Amino acid sequence: MARAIPLQRRLFMTILAWAAGLLIFFPVLWTVLTSFKTELEAFSTPPKLFFFDWTLENYSIVQERSNYLRFASNSIILSVGSTLIALAFGIPAAWAMAFQPGKRTKDLLMWMLSTKMMPPVGALIPLYLGFRDMGLLDTRGGLIAVLFLINLPIVVWMLYTYFKEIPVDILEAARMDGASLWKELVFVLAPMAVPGIASTMLLNVILAWNEAFWTLNLSTSEAAPLTVFIASYSSPEGLFWAKLSAASTMAIAPILVLGWFAQRQLVRGLTFGAVK
Amino acid sequence: MGTIRLQSVTKRFDAVEVIPGVDLSIREGEFIVFVGPSGCGKSTILRLIAGLEDVSSGEIFIDEKPVAQEPASQRGLAMVFQSYALYPHMSVRGNIAFGLKMAGQPKELIEAKVAKAAETLNLTDYLDRKPRQLSGGQRQRVAIGRAIVREPKAFLFDEPLSNLDAALRVQMRLEIMQLHKTLKATMVYVTHDQVEAMTMADRIVVLNKGRIEQVGTPMELYDRPNSLFVAGFIGSPKMNLVSGPAAEQYGAATIGIRPEHIAIGEGAKAVTARIRIAEHLGSDTFIHLDTDELGALTVRAQGHVEAAPGTSLSVILDPARIHRFDAHGKVIVHA
Ligand SMILES: Nc1ncnc2c1ncn2[C@@H]1O[C@H](COP(=O)(O)OP(=O)(O)O)[C@@H](O)[C@H]1O
Ligand SMILES: [Mg+2]
Repeated sequence: MARAIPLQRRLFMTILAWAAGLLIFFPVLWTVLTSFKTELEAFSTPPKLFFFDWTLENYSIVQERSNYLRFASNSIILSVGSTLIALAFGIPAAWAMAFQPGKRTKDLLMWMLSTKMMPPVGALIPLYLGFRDMGLLDTRGGLIAVLFLINLPIVVWMLYTYFKEIPVDILEAARMDGASLWKELVFVLAPMAVPGIASTMLLNVILAWNEAFWTLNLSTSEAAPLTVFIASYSSPEGLFWAKLSAASTMAIAPILVLGWFAQRQLVRGLTFGAVK
Repeated sequence: MGTIRLQSVTKRFDAVEVIPGVDLSIREGEFIVFVGPSGCGKSTILRLIAGLEDVSSGEIFIDEKPVAQEPASQRGLAMVFQSYALYPHMSVRGNIAFGLKMAGQPKELIEAKVAKAAETLNLTDYLDRKPRQLSGGQRQRVAIGRAIVREPKAFLFDEPLSNLDAALRVQMRLEIMQLHKTLKATMVYVTHDQVEAMTMADRIVVLNKGRIEQVGTPMELYDRPNSLFVAGFIGSPKMNLVSGPAAEQYGAATIGIRPEHIAIGEGAKAVTARIRIAEHLGSDTFIHLDTDELGALTVRAQGHVEAAPGTSLSVILDPARIHRFDAHGKVIVHA
């Protein structure tokens, strides 16, 4: 780490990193700022960055008009529920692929990933009709199933990369010690893979929380998560920017806070295979 | 109890036949060593016995009970891995106790057994440490401790000393031999190091390309190798092997004689040689020679012998110690 990097170069890199960071963060910042403006100031030209009359009225109106807590609790149930199910299927699947690979394991992994490359809208009509006929539209169960399935490839891939780093000898030693398959998974593999499983879980919760396409199309009220809550404030005329911003801020705040506290874990997790 | 028997065991990885067929009986309480060059299938056979690989055909018996279809966890064997394979998230205590916990033994009994094993292996002060806080030798002791507490039917070792430095290797070798004396348990030990094989084994199994070349006590293999392969593999420095007209005089395609069976001296049958180079070990001197009749020869002389490169020397081969092999590399037994 203690390599000598010239000061100029370091300064340049620091400025560049900050600039990139601000650029990426700017839309979020702008949304948060806008949520504290009046509707009038929200689209004044030139736009006002900090110097406007700060107000909380958007939040109180949003709170009055819709039941934030119901959407939020749906978001939590959907993202956590789908993640736990994905882990329950993903851990054994990744175990098999990492430690008992067959001739087609690599192909299988690629195929799983390739399903993420298909535009989801291609599957919308059949899935929608299926959901309608099975009475799954606007149910939490239906949405959990969809979120679980669309994120499963990523879960398996992430877990697979972690598990590949674990020496198979250690699992074999557990077998020689008389551990059954389940005991091997629970007492040896899982504790060793805790960092990997934790970051997979975090990332998957975030992905499921932010997933908008399927939640918007398959739910309306009963099972609707925060994505639907935001969407209900967007209108084609764009008249309610401030309220939309307030709704958005309320929707992203929980996951932002979670991400903030978990960022070390996330970065470690995402670069695990890369640097060891 | 602790007998192991392999009956026509074969192993294929996809299309590659790694073990074409092995028959072997391991007796109770025996220290048996599998030795052979890297890639000859030693680990594969050990893993087949362990149940970590499935046999392609054939049967394995432990205490005369067929086990080829049983999972590793049910075979009642213990294994010590080259990489130690300790559980990194558990303390030394947890590592040693794991097998007993899996067997559902009562807490007090587990504690007593762990304490006893730790005492035997000088690990008592380290019981609360994690494996990463231990030296290589200590880690290997934990791996052995993990094996002995389970009182297995047999111990399997896969090159357990190869990751240790030379001095520690010799010490651990003695400790494992001592352990065998104390426990009187069946031990199957894999190594590519013929010195380990010679010093530790009750019987040695020499493997070559997945086949058993010869099974015997260290002295049997040393005195009566039944093939060129065994002759060249067992003994250090290697046996001198000579082919061509000199071998034909003895009615063989190849003859072999160990460096310690060639003496420096004059006589009717003496061979004149030029000294190429000499290695002085203090206790012995290895002299590498060139001869007209026999080509290159290595001679082992006891103690320190002056042997300046380029000078001449005359040596005598002990006729009783000459091994004869046919064109297929099989030994020719005296008529
Ligand atoms: N899982 C495997 N898949 C394919 N080939 C293997 C596998 N394990 C071992 N082999 C092959 O089997 C042969 C014997 O290997 P091994 O038993 O590990 O040899 P040794 O322990 O004597 O060095 C080698 O050629 C090796 O490449
Ligand atoms: Mg090996």
